[in-house]
Amino acid sequence: MTDAKYPRSEVNLDKCKGCGLCIAACPKQVLVISPKLNSKGYHYAEYMGSGCVGCGNCFYSCPEPDAITVYLRDYDPEKEV
Amino acid sequence: MKKTVLRKPKGFIDVYKHKPGAEKDRTHYCPGCGHGILHKLIAEAMEDLDIVDDTILISPVGCSVFAYYYFDTGNFQAAHGRAPAVATATSRANPDKVVISYQGDGDLAAIGGNNIIQAANRGENIVVFFVNNAIYGMTGGQMAPTTLEGQITTTTPYGRNVDTDGYPMKMCEVISQLTAPTYVERVSLHDAPHIRKARAAVRKALLNAKERKGFQFVEVLSTCPSGWKMDPVKSMEWVKERMMPLYPLGVYRDLGEEARITTRPVPVMDPAAVWEKLGISAEKDVDFPRGEVADEYRKMSIRVAGFGGQGIMVTGQALAGVALEYGYNVSWLPSYGPEMRGGTANCSVNIQDGTIGAAEAVKPGMLLAMNRPSLEKFEKTIVPGGTLIYNSTLIDIEPARKDIKVFAVPITGMADELGNTRVQSLVNIGAYAAITGMFKVEDVITLLPKLFKGKNQAIIDLNAKAVKAGFDYVKENF
Repeated sequence: MTDAKYPRSEVNLDKCKGCGLCIAACPKQVLVISPKLNSKGYHYAEYMGSGCVGCGNCFYSCPEPDAITVYLRDYDPEKEV
Repeated sequence: MKKTVLRKPKGFIDVYKHKPGAEKDRTHYCPGCGHGILHKLIAEAMEDLDIVDDTILISPVGCSVFAYYYFDTGNFQAAHGRAPAVATATSRANPDKVVISYQGDGDLAAIGGNNIIQAANRGENIVVFFVNNAIYGMTGGQMAPTTLEGQITTTTPYGRNVDTDGYPMKMCEVISQLTAPTYVERVSLHDAPHIRKARAAVRKALLNAKERKGFQFVEVLSTCPSGWKMDPVKSMEWVKERMMPLYPLGVYRDLGEEARITTRPVPVMDPAAVWEKLGISAEKDVDFPRGEVADEYRKMSIRVAGFGGQGIMVTGQALAGVALEYGYNVSWLPSYGPEMRGGTANCSVNIQDGTIGAAEAVKPGMLLAMNRPSLEKFEKTIVPGGTLIYNSTLIDIEPARKDIKVFAVPITGMADELGNTRVQSLVNIGAYAAITGMFKVEDVITLLPKLFKGKNQAIIDLNAKAVKAGFDYVKENF
């Protein structure tokens, strides 16, 4: 387990429909379904805060275009345009 | 450039402004829907290949009908199953664009089954993404051609029975039998490694399309958690356990380097060139001054009816052809049985100054009946006060109507007397000219070489006699 800031997976909780596919796809099991509900009434997925290896499985398994963003190891917010 | 962040690809519109309702930041798809996963792969590939602005996506009928809410591409929405046909036209009219036909299994394999086969066989420069979820998802989970044997759907409550419903259709196998397709692959979305393979297939197909390498077909085994009544994770397992054994994944066709760059002949868009090719002159040969036409004959709707071989169609064409030279608007609409000769035949002709609406003379102002069945069938359709010309040589009954003008002309007999039964249609024209005053006999005779192009002078002369005979008979007897 790493506590580095990146890589990390970020769930846009209001766009998540709680289908659970990202959780099934995550090899490190660092995504969970929240007991809380989002504005649409779904139990959304959330990142546990550490352990992401930046494989991108959750991003590609997620059917919603904008519900998951994955910041990879080399991500540098300073370099983002 | 290596990606440092995986986020909503640029192939998608930022805010889904075309989507009605308040939720313009998320799709209309159900939780866990495979469409969303494939949409993301396509949008990402379009961004990476830099073809977003050069892509036209044809959306089908099905849940993905609204694909145009999301993709930042050009779009046409096609009728059910017709996406490959619309994609064909789009691609041919825009040969420098990438054209995607995005279709589901009900759309592609059922109602559009022939459309996809013909487009594939022509090797159209299009990419087909075929989402196979073994069901009609949008309409509530009915059986599709791809539904598995034994699968329970709303229309197969006891499971699909191959003895009544046939076998699941394997479209990759069907398409790969054809010569033209460049690339045919079946992929699945059931887990992350397979999504990566699907991603590679999507990119390959779009890259081929960017290079104009003909027909690309990617079948995607996908899910319908709502229609299958399963949770999304379970439905992925169902794809793996049930669908994959029946629909083997893999590349069914890849011409690779041998793929031809497809080019189409440039269509001829110049009308004059087309007319020249067809031997039609754009200039009018003659422009006859009109004679005295009675009010009742100024707007003609005529039915000519008889049996095949009686010159029914020729009569109609000649009526319209002569009227055209007097500056009328005309139409001619044939209708005949399946027999080449001897069956029933009729045609509708309209001759008038205004715009012609319906081409068929449902309630004609004039009926020209060449045999008895035609008289019996169409006499009742003549408008009150209308006109009937009938062939008294062959029709041995009296017309029943008393509210119409009747002209009994021995058309066949007169033609026989002239020495050729086939000139009946010219007798008709002569009679029509005499009754209506619309044509002058000498004008019709002037036109004969044009109306009967390629006939020898003896035939033209005989035709002229027939016109005159029909004209004179009416003038002398009525």
